[in-house]
Amino acid sequence: MGLREIENLSGSGVLTTRLDAVLRWGRRNSLWPLPYGTACCAIEFMAVVASPFDLSRFGAEVVRFSPRQSDLLIVSGTIVHKQAVILRRIYAQMAEPKWVIAMGACASAGAFYDNYCTLQGIDHVIPVDIYIPGCPPRPEAVLHAVTELQRRIDAGVPPRSQRTEGSA
Amino acid sequence: MFRVEPSGLRDVLRSLRDEHGFDLLLDVTAVDRLELPDSKPRFDVVYILRPSVGSERVRVQCRPPDEDLALETVSDLWKSANWAEREVYDQYGVRFRNHPNLKRILNHKDFVGHPLRKDYDIKKQQWLSEPDDLMDEMRKLRGGAEEEESESVLLNIGPSHPAMHGALRALVDLEGETVRHTVPEIGYLHRGFEKSAEKGTYTHVIPFTDRLNYCSSVMNNIGYCRTIEKMLGIEPTARAQTIRVVLLELGRIMDHLVCVAANLVDVGALTNYWYLFNERERIYDVIEALCGARLTHCYVRIGGLAHDLHAGFEEGVEGILRELPKALGDVERLVARNRIFLDRVVGVGAISAEEAISHGFTGPCLRACGVPNDLRKDEPYYGYDGYDWNVIVGTRGDAYDRIWVRMEEMRESMRIVAQAMKKMPGGPVNVDDKRVSLPPKTEVYGNIEALMNHFMIIMEGIKPPAGECYGSIEAANGELGFFVVSDGTGKPYKVKVRPPCFYVFSAFPRLTEGGMIQDMIATLGSLNIIAGELDR
Repeated sequence: MGLREIENLSGSGVLTTRLDAVLRWGRRNSLWPLPYGTACCAIEFMAVVASPFDLSRFGAEVVRFSPRQSDLLIVSGTIVHKQAVILRRIYAQMAEPKWVIAMGACASAGAFYDNYCTLQGIDHVIPVDIYIPGCPPRPEAVLHAVTELQRRIDAGVPPRSQRTEGSA
Repeated sequence: MFRVEPSGLRDVLRSLRDEHGFDLLLDVTAVDRLELPDSKPRFDVVYILRPSVGSERVRVQCRPPDEDLALETVSDLWKSANWAEREVYDQYGVRFRNHPNLKRILNHKDFVGHPLRKDYDIKKQQWLSEPDDLMDEMRKLRGGAEEEESESVLLNIGPSHPAMHGALRALVDLEGETVRHTVPEIGYLHRGFEKSAEKGTYTHVIPFTDRLNYCSSVMNNIGYCRTIEKMLGIEPTARAQTIRVVLLELGRIMDHLVCVAANLVDVGALTNYWYLFNERERIYDVIEALCGARLTHCYVRIGGLAHDLHAGFEEGVEGILRELPKALGDVERLVARNRIFLDRVVGVGAISAEEAISHGFTGPCLRACGVPNDLRKDEPYYGYDGYDWNVIVGTRGDAYDRIWVRMEEMRESMRIVAQAMKKMPGGPVNVDDKRVSLPPKTEVYGNIEALMNHFMIIMEGIKPPAGECYGSIEAANGELGFFVVSDGTGKPYKVKVRPPCFYVFSAFPRLTEGGMIQDMIATLGSLNIIAGELDR
């Protein structure tokens, strides 16, 4: 279902569609991100929600710091072992369906912090749907990740959290 | 530099403080001498001091005996020693007798061993299963009062919380809305900068420094490179120095923009965020054209800069200087006389100058208490004494003063940038010194000497003479220092950062206890705690 059909609603007054299509449309256009910002990437995430890039153009500007109220976890920054246990807890508290974006090199793979304290990628503790390269990624890359996620939701691709191991 | 015996340590430090005016304990760290020639006793504990106004510095070094590996604490002489000694204990395993709370600070509670020891494998990771509940510290603060009897409520804030900028955590004991006790916990972004810095060459450390205070990366680059240049006895060219001044001040503006914007969001003045971030984007555009990155610049090199300015840099800076005052004016009109804003920040989180100095405050947070502490005036480098500008000080040391000191400092920085751009000298940006600068490509391809020179710098790295050096600059948050130990090879033996906001945050319980819970949020925002710098 797209914008054109919505516009036609006012003409006909009736619209038939499938329930899952409506759900997907709703989910796609109202992602509520939880910005799990720990480091440098969080500053770039601030730029993504500021006016020059403006995440609200994609319906995903309602940032919520409560895991109960959000369905998109954006991990922006390095996760160290001390933090990893908290990240897992926050993720577990989110309701399904939920998606995860690993923003930047640290969240994706630990970046150049190949040492005693840094988790070598958040996918060691939680499933990740989209990885964004960069240190930090440009705001456009974050916007691209969000639109890519929307495309997947539209296409009915289940979130990684609902897929069993090996079915990717 | 003084070397003292463990038995005389406290007396020497006390006399330096009381009789010689060294009232600011900048940093405490240790050197594991395991791989150095003189390795008995193994650890060397280093205390770095300076007067709160003035440029002299003194380093006191003391070696605890290998048998018990312990020194007397000085946390009763300086409050800043409390966290500093905890860090030395955590990273090196040197204990401090009579320390009130000697537990790990950066690494997690289940960590075994001391990672900055030379015999700790850099890749040996240790997992944590449960976060620390911090109740051991809270019980101590509560004293004998039984939990059942007291009316108070425990509230855990962070590390993932909108008001705890970055990854900070505080456990607070509330009576109604009044904070009775605060137990802060840090280390949620301890990503092993100092250990990683020992792995590569001196040049490899530069990108790591970008990610210390990531709101103003270029300032960390300059602070680090200046220290290594000091070790090598190199003075950058006039042009490189002036470009560095411009970048330092643009960095300061960027940092203050983030701090003020986030602080205002915290107290509910959301609109200002958009006004101020637009200006930050404008600076990003110029910096990005200069070095290709928005946030993590990595533009400065030991002995100069990565390359010269690009065509159009001047116009870009002119644009910033033209537009920024408008944004600052807009913000001022929105908040300066706003009753709601004033009620949230005036008199909130105040600290006296003496206490701030004891806690190791530097930079805007100390200047807000009325102390004109600024390395750009106290120890002018890069020709800062040749510019016409003022040190901004506050009077009450509260959240309001800290915000306003930053607002006015941005205006002073603009003045410096304008003057520096006007007098920008010509000439090369890198020193002509075979030890640090790569030869031009035409020579590398044309003669064997230049080829070998290029090869040695790339493969073996720049080699400062063996020894120890502390260098610092006035970064956006205060004195950003680097204590570097060289063993004469191309790899640093040790790099210790003196992070300004580590010491500022150590005063967080003092700033919040007795206040309201909402004041805690306004206070935290005004301190500008950057986790990358705090935890390293």
